[in-house]
Parts: sequence; structure tokens; C-alpha cells
Amino acid sequence: MIIEFGLYALVLSLATAIVLSVLPAVGAWRGDANLMAVAPVAALGQFVLVTISFGVLMHAHLVSDFSVANVWQNSHSLIPTLYKVSGVWGNHEGSMMLWLFILSLFSALVALFGGNLPASLKANVLAVQGWISAAFILFIVLTSNPFLRIFPPPPEGRDLNPVLQDVGLAIHPPLLYLGYVGFSVCFSFAVAALMEGRIDAAWARWVRPWALAAWTFLTAGIAMGSYWAYYELGWGGWWFWDPVENASFMPWLAGTALLHSALVMEKREALKIWTVLLAILTFSLSLLGTFLVRSGVLTSVHAFASDPSRGVFILAILVIFIGGALTLFALRAGSLTAGGLFAPVSREGALVLNNLILTVSTATVLIGTLYPMALESLTGEKISVGAPFFNLTFGLLMLPLLLAVPFGPLLAWKRADLLGAAQRLFFAVAAGFVIAIAIWYFENGGPVLAVLGIALAFYLMVGALTDLWFRGGFGKVPFSTALRRLAGLPRSAIGTAFAHFGLGVSVLGIIAVSAFQTENVVEMKPGQTVEAGGYVLKFEGMKRGQGPNFTEDRGTFSLTKAGVSVGQISSSKRVYMARQMPTTEAGIRTFGLSQFYVALGDLMPDGGIVVRVWWKPFIICIWFGALIMMAGGFISLSDRRLRVGAPARRAKKVAAPALEAAE
Amino acid sequence: MTRKQKRLAIISGGVGFIVVAVFLVMFAFSQSVSYFYVPGDLAKADVKPGTRIRLGGLVKTGSWVRGEGTTSTFEVTDTLSTVKVTYTGILPDLFREGQGVVAEGAFVAGSPVFVADTVLAKHDETYMPKDVADRLKAQGVELSGKEKIK
Repeated sequence: MIIEFGLYALVLSLATAIVLSVLPAVGAWRGDANLMAVAPVAALGQFVLVTISFGVLMHAHLVSDFSVANVWQNSHSLIPTLYKVSGVWGNHEGSMMLWLFILSLFSALVALFGGNLPASLKANVLAVQGWISAAFILFIVLTSNPFLRIFPPPPEGRDLNPVLQDVGLAIHPPLLYLGYVGFSVCFSFAVAALMEGRIDAAWARWVRPWALAAWTFLTAGIAMGSYWAYYELGWGGWWFWDPVENASFMPWLAGTALLHSALVMEKREALKIWTVLLAILTFSLSLLGTFLVRSGVLTSVHAFASDPSRGVFILAILVIFIGGALTLFALRAGSLTAGGLFAPVSREGALVLNNLILTVSTATVLIGTLYPMALESLTGEKISVGAPFFNLTFGLLMLPLLLAVPFGPLLAWKRADLLGAAQRLFFAVAAGFVIAIAIWYFENGGPVLAVLGIALAFYLMVGALTDLWFRGGFGKVPFSTALRRLAGLPRSAIGTAFAHFGLGVSVLGIIAVSAFQTENVVEMKPGQTVEAGGYVLKFEGMKRGQGPNFTEDRGTFSLTKAGVSVGQISSSKRVYMARQMPTTEAGIRTFGLSQFYVALGDLMPDGGIVVRVWWKPFIICIWFGALIMMAGGFISLSDRRLRVGAPARRAKKVAAPALEAAE
Repeated sequence: MTRKQKRLAIISGGVGFIVVAVFLVMFAFSQSVSYFYVPGDLAKADVKPGTRIRLGGLVKTGSWVRGEGTTSTFEVTDTLSTVKVTYTGILPDLFREGQGVVAEGAFVAGSPVFVADTVLAKHDETYMPKDVADRLKAQGVELSGKEKIK
């Protein structure tokens, strides 16, 4: 009964979404305040209904109600409660429900916190959110109903895919979707503004917090997914340029560009048309990602069993929304006025460079991802475009951007002094090289290119701090005054420094791991040792074990450094009972920023076991950098100027303009 | 600089960057794209030694032999023809005889043995790589998902 209630709530939410799609837009068009006032109510109502529906599905998973096909296919009575919860979105239907839930959440947030928006803009934004919601609810109800029953109810479920039985599944998809779907708000703002035909700096101020929030969550989601794949798959890799990874990376790149161009638009009223286009493109890439992952055109861990009608449906959604928005853009873009002027060497110029490089890089990733599919559907020829393609194109294209990043915050708006900025960065460059050569020395050599790469990473880090150093006036004024000035800086400046610093930390991890990691594949018998990264790994032996829903062969190893024991590592091969599916659990030990990574291979007939041993120096930096970027995002979000609702209040204050002038 | 010159500087810089990107993409495609074959294709297609390809098919039952250390050899078949493959490293968990596999690597000059550096088998129990399934179907081989090939 409760299951049918969930479906009923979902269908009702469709009705609400349709109301939300139509009435407020008509109201905004006719200037009817009553119709526009429907928007927040309908958005909140839709959120409540979708939440009920999602809650019912979660309840069915929690109590293991195997009369529901979705629960039967993706759960098991014996799995831990955490996996029963995360199993809700560990399948196609459930993950679409999560998508919808987060979309409705964002609509509700706009309804709640959009109090300072002009009534007609708010009504239109929510109406566009309503269109997207209606399309996706329709998709779920027609092709991916999670509430389908089976009769007679089977006694036991078929288990969640063992690879997904991990805490990563509880964290990665919700964070990723908060990012992916969060960009829908930027899209809706863009479409609403185009419908009204009026875009100004205030629009950018309203959009930026949403873009920033979505970007922050997407950063966290991608980093989390990368770490999960790293430890779960047992391949020791952290990024595979797999189409599904690219699907989440492209909105991130475009979203990063959007954040920066919205800054120009907010401060200087320039790049208006471009910013609106980027807002549309970013969410279009999110939709494209959803299509790639959900339609079954790809084979990957993320593409659960698929059915062609779904692919066609999502493709239709894709075409209607992207095509519609771009058509509207083409019709209206001409009537938008161009904004402020600036010299090529200026803060604006630097941000234009950022946008140019980010969008071109996004385009190369897009080409590399779609080309094999296009070629196959046109000629039937099957090719694969792998990591070498992306490393060569994306890697080289991003290089100038990385060099330019520390310059950005040091340049003044309108017209800047490039030489002055370069002089200020001299210390960053010098520090980068000194540290890089030191690391190179301690790692006992390695490719000379690695020195340049590591110097680049430290240049990014020190460069990010350089901006704060000069703004605080360290070295010129007393230390305490400088600290006070630093604390008084706008949070967005500190957030920027964090994000740029985090980028440097990630680059350091990527370069160091690529240059200095060691990999050994050896056959080991108990008592034998292998050396990596200065540590000696000794195989202690194998032991059988039993988990709640799997059996495992666990290999235990001890680690010593210079004869001193530093701990144990164990890696296991598991067989999950319900599906009779084997997995490898890697053994990882962290030493500072580096990791020792052990994965078991096959048992040999003579009693030995194949072991794969990696030493991964500085690898933690890759994800740690993403965490710092995320922190930067949150710090920037807490800036009063950006906080939703703040601009209206600030306008009344007298002190505020002075603060802005100081930036 | 006048307004026009500024705009020209920005636009020409942008166009220059895009041109560089296009050449880079074309160069990278020519270097790093690998074609997919099943054993039956190899006779027709003239694959030069050293050219990276992806070889897909089923692991022939009874063909998997572990050699010295971590080297294994096995045969990949599309039921019509077979190719012998050697691989050094750890085979994926789901590598089994009679099931689908994709091996990446190249032929060495003067030898009919395919030297793989990567072997893929997906993390799903009923997995048959889509590329393999499509191609085998095109060759008239019916698949049920649980293949047993003698």
C-alpha cells in the first residue's frame, strides 16, 4: 500500500510541476502578480511530493520489501543498513529519483531564498525549473518506474552490485548530483533572463552563488568518485578518462568558466552574452552527461542495465532543452547590449583567457568522448580514444592557463600592469623551482620534466598566497596590521586564494604520482619480501574470512622501513554470495601525503600469489587539493556580497560601497 | 589602443588558440586512437606490427595457461577464428574462460601472437563487452550472455 502511495505522490508531483511550468510564466508575461505568486508555492509543493515519493522508495529498501522489483534487483536482506540506503540510488531508477529529488530541492531553495529577485524573474526561473522537473518526472513514470511490483514476492533479493557496496556510493552520487543538477538553476536563470530580454550586473550577482554552490559540490563529487575508483577497483589509477568520468568533468570545466565570467559580468557588466551562453552550455553538458550515462550508449560501471526506449526519451529531453535554450539565445542575444570596455591586459582580459582555455579544453574532451560514438553510428567502425589522447590535448592546452592563474587576482580591472604582477610573482617562481629541485633530489632523480611540473605546482600555490600577501601588506606594515587587513578582506578573495592554492596542490599530486610512482607485479610466497618507495613489504600469509554477504581470502603483509616495523597492510579477494561475483579489495596505507598500495592477484598452483605493489608519492595531494578548492568555494559562498538576499540589504548600508572599492 | 584594435587583439588571440587546439586534436587522434577488431577481422584487415589495437572476443575454454611469473597466455576467439594472446600482469577478477574479454596491445613483427598490455573484463557477472557482442552478432554468432565455447 505504502509503495502505491509513493507512486501516487510522484504522479501528483508531475501535476504540480506542470502547474509550475505554466502559470508563473503566463503570469510573468501578463504581469499578473497572483499567477506569479503560484511559483514558490508550487515549487515547494513539488519538493514535498517528490520527497515523500523518494522517502517511500528508501523505506522499501530499508525494510527489504522484495515485492518491489527495484528492491529485489538491487538489495539483499543481509547487507548492512548503510548499503540498503545507498542502494536506493545504486541503480538506474533510483538514481533518476535522486536526480529528481535534488532538482526539486534546488527549485525549493530558489523559492525560499529568492526573496530579493524581481517577481517576474523569480516566476520565470521557477517555471523553467518546472519544465525540467516535468520532463524528468515524466521520464521516470513512463520508462523508469521504481515502484513496479512483482508477484509473488521473491524471498530474497539479488544483492547490490558488490563494486557498489562501499561507503563511496553513499557520498559520491549525492555530491555529484548536487553539482550536476545545481547548474540547472543557472540554466533557468539564463533562460528566464532571455525570456525577459533584460540582463544586467544584478543578474550575475544572483546567479553566482548558485553557480558557486553547484561548482563546489561538483568538485567534491568528482574528487570523491576519483578516490573511490582508486581504492575500489584495485587498478591503482585515479582517473581513466572514461566517458562517464568525462561526462562529469565537462560540466565542471564549463562551470569553472561560468564562475569566472559571471565575475566579470557582475563587476564590469562585460561578457554578458557570453555568460548567459555559458550558463546554458554548462547545464547542457550536465544533461549530456545524464544522457551518456543513463541511455546505455556506454558500457561502464555507472551504466546499469539499460533499455533503448530510455535512451530515446533522454535524447528527446536533451534536444528539446538544449535546442530550445540555444534557439531562444540566438533570437535574443542580438538585443543584449555589450558592456564595459577593457584593455587586453587587465583582470577582465585574464578572465577572458581563463574562459577561452577552459571552453576549448572542454571542447577537446567533448570531441574525444563523442567521436568514437559518432564514428560508430556513421561508419560502424569501432575505435577507442584513450588516456593518451586526453593527456596530450587537454594537458597541453591547460598548461598556459596554469601559468596564468596566479596573475589573475594580481591584475587590476580595466587596465593592468603585467610587469608589476610578474615582479610580485618572482618569489613564487623562485620558490617553485627551489622546492621542485629539492623534491627531485629526495626522490633520487626522475624525469627532468617532473622538476618543471613540480615547480609549476608550487608556483601555483605560492602564487595564490602572493595575492593575499600583497593585499594584507605583509612586510610593509606591522605584522598585526597586515593580519587584521587579511581578516578584513572580502571572503571571496580568500576563497579565490584557497581555490587557486588547491589547484596547485592537485597539480602537485598529479605530477608527482605520474613521475615518481613505482609499480611491481611479483609472485610472492609467505615470508618473501618486495621493496618499494624505501619500504620493505613482507608477505605474512593468507587467511579465509567471512563477511555478512561475502567470503574472502585475505592476504596479510607487514611493512618495515630501515628495519623498523611501520604497520600492516591487508588486501583480499572477495566473492559475493548472491551474485557469485569476485572483487579485489586493495590494501592501502598512508604515510604523510604518500600511499603504499597493494592488490592481490591470482593464486598460483605452487601456493604463491601474484601481488601488485605500488608506491604512490604525494597521491593524497590530488584529492586534498580538491578539498581545498571546495573549502574555497564555501568560504566564497559565505561572503556577504554573494549570500542570497544580501545585495538588497547591503544597498541600504553606507559603509558597503567603500568595502567594494577596496577590492 | 582604440576599441577596434583591442577587440582585434582579443579575437585574434582567441582564434589562434583555437587553431592550435584543432591541430593538437588532429595530431592526437592520429597518434592515439586504437581500432577494435575481433579475430575474424584480422585476416581481412592488414594490421601492421606495432599498431595499437583492441582485440575483443571470448576466452577460448581450455586455452588459459599460466607461464613463468605473472605471464599468462590464452586464446581469444569469435568462434570462427582464434588469436593467441600473451599478457604479463594481473588479470581482472572477472577474467574467465568462455567469457568476453577485450585485450589492448599490438602484434610483434614476425609472430602471430598478440602481446597485450591491458586486459579488460567488466565488473558485471553477465558482462559481455558491448563491442564484442555487437561484432559477434554481426558475424552470426548467437549469444545468450552465459557462453560456453568448446
